Amino acid sequence: MSNKDAYWNKTKNHMIVTLVLWAFFSLVIFMFGSELNTMSFLGYPLAYYMTAQGSLLAFVIILFWTANKQEKIDEEHGFSEREDD
Amino acid sequence: MFKGDFISNLPKIYGTYTGGFIVFIILMAIAEQAGVSAKNIGVMFVAFTVLIYALIGYLSRTIQVDAYYVAGRQVPTVFNGMATAADWMSGASFVALAGGVYYGGYTYMAFLVGWTGGYVLVATLMAPYLRKFGCYTVPDFIGTRYGGNLVRACSVFVLFIASFTYVTAQINATGTIASRALGIPFEAGVWVGLISILICSMLGGMRAVTWTQVAQYIVLIVAYLIPVFWISSKVGGGVFPHLMLGDEVARLGELEQQFGLVKNSAADMKAAGVPGGLKYISGTHSGVPEGGMAVWKYLSLAICMMVGTASLPHILMRYFTTPSVRAARKSVAWSLFFIFLLYSSAPMLATLSKLALMDPNLPTGIIGKSISEVQSIEWVQRWSEVKQVFIADFNGDGILQLNEWFMRGDVVVLATPEVAGLPFVISGLVFAGGMAAAMSTADGLVLAISNALSHDIYYKIIDPKADTRKRLLVARVLLVLIGAAGAYIASFRLTSILGSVAWAFDFAMSGLFFPLVLGVWWKRATREGAIAGIITGILSGLFYLLWVYPKFSVPLFGGVNEPFLGIDHLRFGLIGAPICLVTMVVVSLMTKEPSPTTQKMVDDLRIPTGKPILGKQ
Repeated sequence: MSNKDAYWNKTKNHMIVTLVLWAFFSLVIFMFGSELNTMSFLGYPLAYYMTAQGSLLAFVIILFWTANKQEKIDEEHGFSEREDD
Repeated sequence: MFKGDFISNLPKIYGTYTGGFIVFIILMAIAEQAGVSAKNIGVMFVAFTVLIYALIGYLSRTIQVDAYYVAGRQVPTVFNGMATAADWMSGASFVALAGGVYYGGYTYMAFLVGWTGGYVLVATLMAPYLRKFGCYTVPDFIGTRYGGNLVRACSVFVLFIASFTYVTAQINATGTIASRALGIPFEAGVWVGLISILICSMLGGMRAVTWTQVAQYIVLIVAYLIPVFWISSKVGGGVFPHLMLGDEVARLGELEQQFGLVKNSAADMKAAGVPGGLKYISGTHSGVPEGGMAVWKYLSLAICMMVGTASLPHILMRYFTTPSVRAARKSVAWSLFFIFLLYSSAPMLATLSKLALMDPNLPTGIIGKSISEVQSIEWVQRWSEVKQVFIADFNGDGILQLNEWFMRGDVVVLATPEVAGLPFVISGLVFAGGMAAAMSTADGLVLAISNALSHDIYYKIIDPKADTRKRLLVARVLLVLIGAAGAYIASFRLTSILGSVAWAFDFAMSGLFFPLVLGVWWKRATREGAIAGIITGILSGLFYLLWVYPKFSVPLFGGVNEPFLGIDHLRFGLIGAPICLVTMVVVSLMTKEPSPTTQKMVDDLRIPTGKPILGKQ
């Protein structure tokens, strides 16, 4: 397998992991909204908290994590861009 | 100061700007103490900020194609994040989001998840690859990847429908705010708004829009957060509302029990003469509605908004302006961070505002008091005069019940500072913030449309030999024409016919999402597949909208149609996008696989290093 193919396979797997996390915080937890709402976090009902703030925060964290991870994959395969930002 | 070293001086320039803006707020506060009228303070806030944007727009003027279309591809990560956040958060986000949460509670907050979660799709599926491609516009990618003028024209068509739906609502919002702040009629406000928008974008294209959007983000976030924090400490919500409103949310639940959530009959409301657009509280604030259909409604709305976000051209094109592929990825993360600052505050503002009105233990509480007493409150009188609030004593007991208090959603943002007893300077600041939010989004949208028409239709299809001067002239003329058309339609107040901004997401999702994603992730996708997918996707979505939305279905189909599987007019992308996907895959597999050149192009765009596919670096 060429370096390019190996790189693309890793990138694809990384994309799938990111989208699984995304689906968990955007869709899966809200399938159980009424069950989650019986629990509480910071004094808020949990499902309310997640839709008002928690999932939003999770997306921000996922995005920074995913960008850093992808940069590592770039480096491993020698596709890292020059330092220019 | 805008030459040469400009990029490395950015933090200093915008730091000074932010400091200057805060000094201006303090000066206005002093002016208020010195007896300057509330109206004049509002005028000065809007006029001062709009003048600054115009100045930035003038200083960023350009005669280079690269600067006009993609800001010279040198916008640093964090600044592009701010510009995207301003591009994204519209007048509606700023003024209506908290009101939506106030009335819609948990169910409405599917919008919050949808309008943020979509950025994960942008970052993983699209932005870095489109940046590597090196295109000027979104149809430029589709036209080059699939090859041919027809597919290019089809994608311009989808872009036009989606963005134009959105832009009239934005110009409408600038008009509303300009007319309220400056005390001029709405129709005049619309044209004042348009001129402000054009000054920012006409001379400098994307470069000017980028630097004004950064300035607008700073104004709008300051204008949103100051009142939230101030009101919170004023009504006893704590100094950091985001982490400290648990008790307040629980208290709202108790108050809902105590006052009772009553549904008014349409006949009662009509008899009492409740003005159109005003709402009352009839649902719970934090409760989750029971049942499978309620869960599906929540999820389907979130899906439409997320997928739509990842297909909206005016957002995607912001990531064409970063210096590198990795900067594009990081920039998406920063964009969402800056959006998060406002979106996570909207539910807090809604909670505080609701509590301020409902809690009888607070001096601001009005529910449960006598109606004559409430009617003598100054802010109630002021907002009643302009038909933004209304009281109907249905049971005739002279006491204001929860279901007897009507208010327009916008009032939550615009009047809560006043309700909580904050000085007027804060209300002036909120006007400036709303204006910034509406202008920045309108700028991005008008530019997206006119760039697609000037680059993809005029330059790529009609006159490929046109020189730079001619191309930029056409781009500017189209910009003015599109803006004027938007303002003309907005001035008729047709928004009730044009419907919701959610439609823009559904249109974009129906016609653009899969052609973009498969263009990067599936080498086998062919030109014929893309053309068939775009056309069937957008047309089936459009047809379903006409069929399901009563205002269209009654004249066209002679009756009201029951939504299929709960897919109503806010969610019609769920019809268009799957049809687009299936058609595109089937037709692609039936036609000859793309040429080796095209496959090589896809291989190249998947790798961050190396030359961009189009144009020079």
